[in-house]
Order: sequence, then structure tokens, then C-alpha cells
Amino acid sequence: MAMLDLQKPEASCASPPEILRERGQREVFCGLTGIIWLHRKIQDAFFLVVGSRTCAHLIQSAAGVMIFAEPRFATAIIDERDLAGLADANAELDRVVNRLLERRPDIKLLFLVGSCPSEVIKLDLSRAAQRLSRSFEPRVRVLNYSGSGIETTFTQGEDACLAALVPSLPAAPATAPRELLVVGALADVVEDQFKRIFERLGIGPVRFMPPRSALDLPQVGPGTRYLLAQPFLGDTARALDDRGAKWLPAAFPLGAEGTTAWLRAAADAWGVDPEHFGAVTAAHRARAETALARYRAKLEGKSVFFFPDSQLEVPLARFLTREMGMRAVEVGTPYLHRQHLAADLAMLPADQAYSEGQHVDNQLDRCRAARPDITVCGLGLANPLEAEGLTTKWSIELLFTPIQGYEQAGDLAELFARPLERRARLAA
Amino acid sequence: MQLTVWTYEGPPHVGAMRIATALEDVHYVLHAPQGDTYADLLFTMIERRAKRPPVTYTTFQARDLGGDTADLFKAAARDAFARFQPKAMLVGASCTAELIQDDPGGLAKALALPIPVVALELPSYQKKENWGASETFYRLVRALAGPHAPAPGTKRPAREPGSRARCNLLGATALGFRHRDDVAEIVKLLDSIGIDVDIVAPLGATAADIARLGEADICVPLYPEIAGQAAAWLAKTFDQKLVRTVPIGVGATREFVAEIAEAAGLDASAILADMPTRAPWYSKSVDSNYLTGKRVFVFGDATHAIAAARIAARELGFTVVGLGTYSREFAREVREAAKLYGIEALITDDYLEVEAKVAELQPELVLGTQMERHIAKRQGVPCAVISAPVHVQDFPARYSPQMGFEGANVLFDTWVHPLMMGLEEHLLTMFRGDFEFHDGAGSSHLGAGKSHAPASVAAEKPDAAQDAPIVVAAPAAAAAPVAPVWAPDAEKELKKIPFFVRGKARRNTERFSVERGVAVITVETLYDAKAHFGR
Repeated sequence: MAMLDLQKPEASCASPPEILRERGQREVFCGLTGIIWLHRKIQDAFFLVVGSRTCAHLIQSAAGVMIFAEPRFATAIIDERDLAGLADANAELDRVVNRLLERRPDIKLLFLVGSCPSEVIKLDLSRAAQRLSRSFEPRVRVLNYSGSGIETTFTQGEDACLAALVPSLPAAPATAPRELLVVGALADVVEDQFKRIFERLGIGPVRFMPPRSALDLPQVGPGTRYLLAQPFLGDTARALDDRGAKWLPAAFPLGAEGTTAWLRAAADAWGVDPEHFGAVTAAHRARAETALARYRAKLEGKSVFFFPDSQLEVPLARFLTREMGMRAVEVGTPYLHRQHLAADLAMLPADQAYSEGQHVDNQLDRCRAARPDITVCGLGLANPLEAEGLTTKWSIELLFTPIQGYEQAGDLAELFARPLERRARLAA
Repeated sequence: MQLTVWTYEGPPHVGAMRIATALEDVHYVLHAPQGDTYADLLFTMIERRAKRPPVTYTTFQARDLGGDTADLFKAAARDAFARFQPKAMLVGASCTAELIQDDPGGLAKALALPIPVVALELPSYQKKENWGASETFYRLVRALAGPHAPAPGTKRPAREPGSRARCNLLGATALGFRHRDDVAEIVKLLDSIGIDVDIVAPLGATAADIARLGEADICVPLYPEIAGQAAAWLAKTFDQKLVRTVPIGVGATREFVAEIAEAAGLDASAILADMPTRAPWYSKSVDSNYLTGKRVFVFGDATHAIAAARIAARELGFTVVGLGTYSREFAREVREAAKLYGIEALITDDYLEVEAKVAELQPELVLGTQMERHIAKRQGVPCAVISAPVHVQDFPARYSPQMGFEGANVLFDTWVHPLMMGLEEHLLTMFRGDFEFHDGAGSSHLGAGKSHAPASVAAEKPDAAQDAPIVVAAPAAAAAPVAPVWAPDAEKELKKIPFFVRGKARRNTERFSVERGVAVITVETLYDAKAHFGR
């Protein structure tokens, strides 16, 4: 099934990379998985997947869900009767939502999340969301997006969720002063750090999306300038552009260099004096450098191989190669957004090998042949590769750990150093 | 549509994966979209398997739906055969592919692969994981062993004199609850009584092994949820003796030994007279006295739940106050078992119902799945895990079977350890005002920070009850009995009862009051109820 083609992309930016595009079995989660972090981030939102037992099992398996008493997500499992008639399926959905909202009066925002089965049977969740919104507003707003595996890969679920949220953002008055919007779920502690730095730079007001509460939606309008905190937000960015907001192109805030570049994009837009920028960020940069130096000694000269997972692969490769002195054998990513990743791509070597999409068996062959020092891959591949003698780093940990910003640069490096350190200790 | 927060069983194709992964040289081509590969991590992370499951997913996308998903399937099956060189192939669809009706069986047939290909029809919108495993194993056994079937009604020729009887152990799978160790234990046990295990399947078996499942004299479905159907067919088709007892617990293991010895024409009296297990003596020894009448709640798959209830009641002297299963296919068996303890079985796959039942029954020990472990933790009740769904902790590094005589030892240890030791319990009862020994502190061996049940905390607040209108008891009213009100001094006295039996005392006293139409519970009522119910 391997449909390979080495495609030269249209000449655009400085060094257009060559990308191996593959089609075959993918070893990546679907977009439903984003619910695992989104439901913790927006604390008064509930995510109701309309799908199959597989969907329910996927989320609980990926998240190890049993730790929660009653999580803020659930699955409305479609059964045979729902397949027999769509009208009944809609009535059933209304019944399920009614029962859910009765039980959970604390919920202010409900996402109906489409899945592979709901897409295939063409259950129209946007109409369902409108219908349910009419009955529950103002108490609860009901929105919808698709996290289906036939349309979304892993982190694209967050993109679809945030894009669905954009039309609900209040419009900023035409005369409103410009405002900075940071887009993409970040750990609360990272948000707070960035907030303090922006304040000291004199950049503001600053808002974050997704917000911690559904009642605290940022306004948006022509005065909005936004920074992407995550590289997988193509649809969200387009929706924001449609509302008149303007993207501030920047490398992603991973590592000291990436964080500086990211902050500088906002500083430049706000006309912050470069000296002031240098003064505000100096202490942070120095601290990050100190933290990074410890791990550079362990990572320098080592090779890394990325299996596609979160779309964070390109900025991570940039961080590891430039700040840690590593060599990226192959940077696999589910989807490579040329425009959003332009700054990161430009910082990687011109002959860097990339792959987009996946044919997992072929890719495993390449990985085994290359025998990289570290392989970044999903949970389904990690133990089998370890058993073959390769050192691996679970890619999902890179999403569930605060890694952005100066204060986390060392933590990010440590995530890659730890598997090597462990192997060395066990060999001793 | 069913609102589901958490599910005990995965979809049926995960059951099929458990069969494929257990086998050595069988590959499963699954028509499925991206995302369904999550199931790989169950095997690689939870079970820590060192190999990827032998499963190829076609990974179709929305843009494929218009046209060539069938071609995608054929290409995936052809590539999988070329790359993995399996000796047999399973083909099927996950929930989404079932909707697009590509007919993987027909498509695979058209490829004319030089190996047996078994088409699986697993209705995802009706059935679940264990059913899927059972159906897959049954179809595979029929497809591979079927061609070797003798003419219907053919009697098995007598064994050569002096040769040992041979049996097959069926049902152990990948991702099974202690299956690996159970199989090792039963193989050892059978060897000690003079029976050879010919084939263990599907765990560790090859396609060639499956094909000759009919050769053994005896067929043992160790896990009836998974192997019951295949075993019944094998026994009938090949005139094999079917041994139905599942050897979990000392009593059941004795019965198993007797049953299989009879099937093999052997005398097992020697081994039955000298059982290699400590569990019965440990249970008889005086320090186990405190276990008497402990109220246990049991929930799990049908086989493990029924076995656990029997062991709890007969081998440990507990009182079974609740018994249930999520295996609807075996609801009848569990209901029958519950009758032995004078209770009604709880048949549900909604853990919130299980949680409500545990809260209502206030057991002193919960024997359940990992979900019941969490439920019990929230309610401050000790718990031991007896059944799938599995968790990484259910694959211990040490040898830890549930079956056979060593299994009985393991069960004694794992069920008794979470309980408070007898002396600790006495001291708490005597010196209940001790500033270090109180509700919040929990018991030392369960670790620090054990929070108490929110339910009972709420119940501890007398205000709500006092605000409620005092209703005069009306014994004539046949409707729901009115909850009696606790007088403040009775409430205070109740708090002097050690926390780990307080729930039971509250429940008993309230029941006593309702039955007698007492509207306000006083200190006197509390002690009246105590005298009535005993400890």
C-alpha cells in the first residue's frame, strides 16, 4: 500500500524542505484524545463524544481514566436502534444531554464531539448543538466539533475544538485597543509565567485561549494580535483571521531560543524597545541556559528519530538540534503546516529529512536501520522498540508536561535525557 | 444511545485482538480508521508485551469514503501477508468500517492467499470485548480444526494402555487477568496427577496447534467467557470429555481435580488427601477469627465473581452481601450463584450503579475490578482486585496465579491484607478517642491521606436531618418507608463507634427503626438495634 512520493514543495520560504509523504497504517491517536487535556483546562466545560464503545474505550485507555471519580467527559454510545433511524438518534441524543445536564449543574459549556461513526452515519451535530443551545441557553452553551479519526489526528482535536469556540467569542468594539491573544492550551503555570513577562514588557492586555472558564471567553476583533502557543492550530488560526485578528508569525516557545523568538514577535508588534526586551528577558534566558547546560552534556552529538504524533515534532527537532546539539535522523509529523512552522523550519538544516503522514511498517524499517540514540514515538511502539534495544521517549508525555517557556526549557531537555540516563544506569 | 463515562469492556474487535495477540503466527487485518490503533497500547503498555500486536489497521480517512476503501483493505491484507508471513489470517471490521460495509471476508477471499483466512463478523453496536474474543476463538477453531473432524458420531478410540491422558487448556488470552500464571499452575497440577497438557490455546499456540485441537482426550475451558463456545464444539465434534469446573479456590480446585481425574480414568485421591496449599489452614488458624462474617461485596466478570463469592463464603467465612457482574452473557449463572447467599445479583455495565450499591451496602471488603478498587477507595473500604478489566498492576512481576492450589494461597493473601488486623481492630474499638486513631487518620497499613467517603461525611451532618419535617411513623402507609431522624445525642453516640463499622451500625439502626416505625432514633434505639442485630 506504500504510496511514496518525494515531492518538491512549491518554492516559498528560504529553504523549502523535501518531504517524504507516506500513506499506510498510522500509529497515531485520533482527535478525540485531545479531550484528555482540554477537559482539565476548561474547568466548567463538558465533552460528550457521540460515538461507539471504541471511542469510550480509546479515551479511557489513553488517559488511564480510572483515577477520576466522574470526569468531565463521557460518550453517548450509539447502538443498533440509533443506526436504524436518525430521527430517533437525535431524540436519543437530546435525552442523553438532558440527563447529563441535570446531573451536572456546574457545566456551562457542552461540546458535542463527533466521531468516526457519527460522521459516517451523517448525524448532524451542528444542528443538534443549535437545537440544544436553544433549550439550555443561557445556562449552558452547546457547541460541536469533530474529533473523528477519519478527519483528525491527535492534536487536531484541540484545533477543531478551539476553532468551534471562535465564533462564540465576543466581538471587540471597533475602537478597542489592540490586545494580545495567546492561542493553544498551555499549563496554567506556563500561562502565569508568560503573563508576568508580557506585563513587564508592557504588552497587554493579554488573554489566553482556551480560557480556564467558559464564562471568561476573550473578545476578538481587528485589534486582536495572536501568538500561537501550539503548532497544530491551522483551523483555529483561520477562524481567528476571519474575525479580523492578525497572526504574529514566530517560532514556537520551546527552549530558550524558541521562547525568545516567540516573545520577540509580540514585542516587535507592540514596538517594545529591543534594549528593554533584552533587559526583561535576560535573567530568564540566563536561568534557562544554566538549566539546559546540564542536559546538553548528555544529549550533545546524539541522534533522534521522530515518529509522527503531535505536530510538535518540527519545533522539538529545532530545539534538540540547535540548543542540545543533537542530530535529527527523521522528523516525522502527521501534518506539516508550512506557514505556521516557517520560522522553525528555517532554523533547521537545509538537508533535514522530514516525513508527513505515515506508513508505520516502512518507518519502523527506516528507524531500525538508522538505530537512533533516541526514538520519539507513541505508546504502541515504545516497549517493542525498547525490547529491540532502542531507547525511546513517549511522545504523549510531551503534551502532558509543561514544556513551553524559559522556566520549562530544562524540563523539556530532561525528558529526552532521562531515557538515556536510565539505560546507562541499568547497564551499569 | 447509552451515556457512558467508563466501560468495563472494550468493543468486540479488541476481543479479537486479544486472541490474535495470544497466538504465535496468526495476523489480524482490521478495517479501521486512524485512532483505532490505540488498542495496541493495551498490549504494549498494560501487559508490557515486547512485541506489537499482530494487527494491521487499514487506516481509511474521510476522503477515502467515496471510493477506494475496499482497495485499501485488499492492499493492507496483501502487504500484511507479504511482510509478516502468518500461517492464518483473521479479517474483520471495527465499528466504523462495519458501517461502510466493505465485506472484509469477501475481499480477502478474492485475494486467494495461500493460508486459511477467517472472516469475523463482530457487531460493534450490540456486542462487547469478551463476546468478540469468544466468537473469534470459536470461528478460528472451527476453521482450522474443522477439516480434521471425524464423521459425526464417531467414538474416540480408547487410549493406548499405559499412555497418559492428554488435555487442552482453552481460553487464556493476551491481556487476560493472570492467565499466564493460571496456565502455568494448572499445567503443573495436571502433571502431578498424571495428565499431559497437549495444547494451551490461544495463549502461545500456533495455527498448527489450533488445527489439531481435536487430538486430545479432554477439553478444559478455563475461561468460559472466552472458550466456552469453542470447547463445547470441540467436545461434541471430537468426542472429547469436557471439564467444566473452573479451578479457582480450594473447593473448586478439588472438584476440578476430581472431575478431570475421572475423565482421564485416574485416581486422584492421593493428591486430594494431601493438598499442596496453606490457605485452608491459614483460614482455620485462630488469628483468622476476626475474618468471621466480614461483609463482602463481589463484582467482576462472571467466572471470577462467582468463584470469589464461593471462596469468600465457604473458605474464608465472610458474608457475601453483594454479587454482580458486567458479563450480561452470563447473567443467569450469576443470578443462580447469588441465590446461594440469599441476595439478588447486580447485572450492570454502569459503574455508577455499582458505586451506588457499594454505598448502600456498606461492605467491609470489596472484591472487584480496578474500577471497584477506585470506588472502594473513595468510600474508604478495603478492596482486592479479582477480575479484568486489567490494569498494569494486574501483571505483577512475581508468579501470582488465581487458579489451582497456589492460586488459593494467593487469594488468601491478597484478600486478607487490605483488611485491618484483628488486634488493631480491637484497640480501635477500645480507645476510640485516641488522637492518632480516628476516621481521618485511617489505618496505618493503608498509607497516609486516606480520605473518608463523601457520602458518609454528608450523612454525618445532623443539620439536614433536623431541618427535615419530623414525620410521624405511619405503618399503614405502604409506600417508601420514611427515613427516621437521628436525635443529636444518638448521633453523637454513633460517632463513638469505630469508623470502619459505623456505616453498618447506622444502616442497621435505621433499618431497625423503619421496621418498627420509630421516627426519632435515640441512644436507646441505637443500642436496641445493636442488641437485635448483634455485631
